[in-house]
Amino acid sequence: MAVLNVNPTRMELTNLKRKLITARRGHKLLKDKRDELMRRFMDLVRENKELRKKVEASIAEANKHMAVARSVMSDADITSALMMPMQEISIDISEKNVMSVLIPEFKTQLKTADDADIYPYGFAFTSTELDGAVKFISDILPDLIKLAETEKSCQLMAAEIEKTRRRVNALEHVMIPQYEETIKYISMKLDENERSATTRIMKVKDMMLNRAHHYDQT
Amino acid sequence: MYKIGVIGDSDSIFGFASAGVSVYPTEDTVEAGRLLKQLAEDHAVIFITEKLASALDKEISHYSSQTVPAIIPIPGINGNTGIGMQSVSRSVEKAVGSDILAD
Repeated sequence: MAVLNVNPTRMELTNLKRKLITARRGHKLLKDKRDELMRRFMDLVRENKELRKKVEASIAEANKHMAVARSVMSDADITSALMMPMQEISIDISEKNVMSVLIPEFKTQLKTADDADIYPYGFAFTSTELDGAVKFISDILPDLIKLAETEKSCQLMAAEIEKTRRRVNALEHVMIPQYEETIKYISMKLDENERSATTRIMKVKDMMLNRAHHYDQT
Repeated sequence: MYKIGVIGDSDSIFGFASAGVSVYPTEDTVEAGRLLKQLAEDHAVIFITEKLASALDKEISHYSSQTVPAIIPIPGINGNTGIGMQSVSRSVEKAVGSDILAD
């Protein structure tokens, strides 16, 4: 691992030691965050898979009903029957903060108070099959919205987990070893300097004694 | 207050109109891309048929990091192509590294 390009001074050493402590604490926190995110993500994604299976099956079923309705009524009749919808759904979004990921929560609101109010046509000129298809679709709508919510949350959490994992890895495998290495390098260099200073002083003392008294210490 | 929209070929999505979802029938990819951009303004949930979703992969992934809109692929009248499930698997792969829930 490469040693950082710093001056081997005592000040650098103190700075680096402080940085190392921060990096270690950050690493620990991020690791905890990643683990907790992962735990929640797994729960959520399992739910997402179940919901998707259910919704896809229901949509296929609804499409079947629609196909039957289409076969007994003319296209123009169906279009005119469905042209002016009674119901209008609107969504209120609140954001929930899960480990710093903002995930959406959808709350639906219907325009008409009665949620059985789904047939935008009189029953005189339409077939019962169309009623069935319409009922089916409005029945799966809550599931669809729930699916949208979980799927979006999963996507957002997956992105956050990826980001956090990268940070954890960068700290664990790059930053922290780099700091450790550099701290070791600086402290060794400082020790070395100290030793060389001591030897130099000893040597100078020898020379001075020699010059003054022609006295050899050894 | 946000709305719910659905984009796709008219046969697949017409039924949704009765449930109070705004429908935007189109079969053209370019048109759908334009619609998507327009709907992203005031729709919280946009359902899109799998056929169009696979063609608009790039546009959809553009919104995947935002809280709204949630763009959800749904199977159209021609059956299920499995793209929806793939996108779930993709987020698992992104988070875990490999798809550990594959069956």
